[in-house]
Amino acid sequence: MKKVYVNEDWCLACHLCEFYCAAANSGAPDMVKAFKSGKKPVPRIQVEEGSDVNFAVQCRHCDGKACVKGCITGALSIKDGVVVCDESRCVGCYTCVLSCPFGCIVIDEEGHRIQKCDLCTKNHDGEPACVQGCPNKAIVFEER
Amino acid sequence: MAIEFMNPLFEVIRDSDRCIKCRVCERQCANEVHKYDADLDKMISNEMTCVDCQRCVCLCPTHALKIRPNENQFRENANWTHQTMDEVYKQAGSGGVLLSAMGNPKDLPVYWDRILLNASQVTNPPIDPLREPMETKTFLGKKNQGITYDENGKAHYDKTPYLELDVPIMFSAMSFGSISKNAHESLARAATELGTFYNTGEGGLHRDFYKYGANTICQVASGRFGVFKGYLDAGAAIEIKMGQGAKPGIGGHLPGMKINDEISRTRMIPKGTDAISPAPHHDIYSIEDLRQLVISLKEATNWEKPIIVKIAAVHNVAAIASGVARSGADIIAIDGFRGGTGAAPTRIRDNVGIPIELALAAVDSRLRDEGIRNDVSVVVGGSVRSAADVVKAIALGADAVYIATSALLAMGCHLCRSCNTGKCNWGIATQRADLVKRLNPDIAAERLVNLVTAWDHEIKEMMGGMGINSIEALRGNRLMLRGVGLTQKELDILGIQHAGE
Repeated sequence: MKKVYVNEDWCLACHLCEFYCAAANSGAPDMVKAFKSGKKPVPRIQVEEGSDVNFAVQCRHCDGKACVKGCITGALSIKDGVVVCDESRCVGCYTCVLSCPFGCIVIDEEGHRIQKCDLCTKNHDGEPACVQGCPNKAIVFEER
Repeated sequence: MAIEFMNPLFEVIRDSDRCIKCRVCERQCANEVHKYDADLDKMISNEMTCVDCQRCVCLCPTHALKIRPNENQFRENANWTHQTMDEVYKQAGSGGVLLSAMGNPKDLPVYWDRILLNASQVTNPPIDPLREPMETKTFLGKKNQGITYDENGKAHYDKTPYLELDVPIMFSAMSFGSISKNAHESLARAATELGTFYNTGEGGLHRDFYKYGANTICQVASGRFGVFKGYLDAGAAIEIKMGQGAKPGIGGHLPGMKINDEISRTRMIPKGTDAISPAPHHDIYSIEDLRQLVISLKEATNWEKPIIVKIAAVHNVAAIASGVARSGADIIAIDGFRGGTGAAPTRIRDNVGIPIELALAAVDSRLRDEGIRNDVSVVVGGSVRSAADVVKAIALGADAVYIATSALLAMGCHLCRSCNTGKCNWGIATQRADLVKRLNPDIAAERLVNLVTAWDHEIKEMMGGMGINSIEALRGNRLMLRGVGLTQKELDILGIQHAGE
């Protein structure tokens, strides 16, 4: 299946992916509205910066041994290879946040629940927002 | 603190209703114009260092930015313009020669825009390139002087080395040093895909790019940087650079701070030392000397590669080209005064040389008059901006054109003309690793291929309109050109008639 991969050679640490991700998942029709009305939306992708190397990290959609197995309410599950969260069942215990080896599960802007990358299956057509927004093809959506 | 006599050239207009303080502008500006102030929770600007490269504008996700010329102007004066005054202030402050980059921006005549093309009507039908064959392939090199037949009727002719171009457009010389490794790789990959050539410039050939050798023109300039047997053998042709349109009569200077490990290795000079190309080739003071170098290079490469001699368009360019044609060179490249550069003294760039249109017409006429036009191909560069310019150049007598500024634009350059600062925000004219990274050759090579492919389509459309179906039939076909608003003298030099004639 197609997944999001990063190529650190081309990541500029511009952080645009974070903003495109946050806006796309906010439900707002455009980025200005997403960031200017109420609490700032939290991105599900995060750029890790080093002195020479930078790259964006979001859920690897691995076999879910850590987060899915650790979830106490069954909110996390794997659907068609994508690790998804049923937010109505999340109680905010943050077991998954602690157990994800990549640090890819984040707490939402309200601070009550977790949120994570679902490859934009709920909000976007085609390529995920971070991939579309990357100016240097450092994030790609492809079969490997 | 001393008084700053100069004003910022530009104003950063930030629409606070749109700005979401994502700080992308701050992270992307190598000139440190934008800054986030946490106390004020606001983006602030220091416009003094802004060069209007438009990187922040292009990357701003909410289109909150505009860069405008600074409205604050000195008192109006037609003689002492704002720019003239700024230059005096700058020199009074620095005591140095003014440096500029890219081509001459002055409002001097652009003859391409004063030349119009013909089209067929009624008596000779136009050709539709989508339905009928149309050829933009061309060959550069000496044309065969004659064919002899032996007693069995088999044809014999002297085969001289030539270049085969799928489109009559090549990427002109830009050295690794003046542009980044990623920019070079983009050009190399695009040239390979397009079936044309790119040019190493005088900076040698990076070891990673020998694989693109079949589409590489290796330049030998006055500094001889990176020249050795392997380099000469690597390319499809060798170009001797006698002059450059942006700075005829002077050499080059790549500052030591840009000579990093890779460039030092490629140019074969110590790291951190200035790379200075002398104004003349110290072994060339006559056409005979040039001939010696042409023949030496041919000898060194087993007479298998065509030799290009590149000259700047200067006053007596026709006579010089005639000499070059007799030096044994296979191709003459002429670079007009609007050609770009990574750095040149401003006064030279803006005041030396002549327009390429006039130079081309003069050279082509002279070579034909002397009966030596078939001994060489003529390639022109120096601000070929569109497919229309290409068609006009070929109709004036060129065999092909060199493009570089257009190629840089395709890669992202916004002509801020600050290459000499080494802080190119688009990752093109810089050697700073964090900036070089901004140019992904996967993207840039594709954009270059798109550009040349688009121009190729347009060339075919325009040729078709004239009822011409090959570059060979368009070449030197000045009857297809008419001038508008030109004096009789200009028309005479261009060898074309006025519109209506």
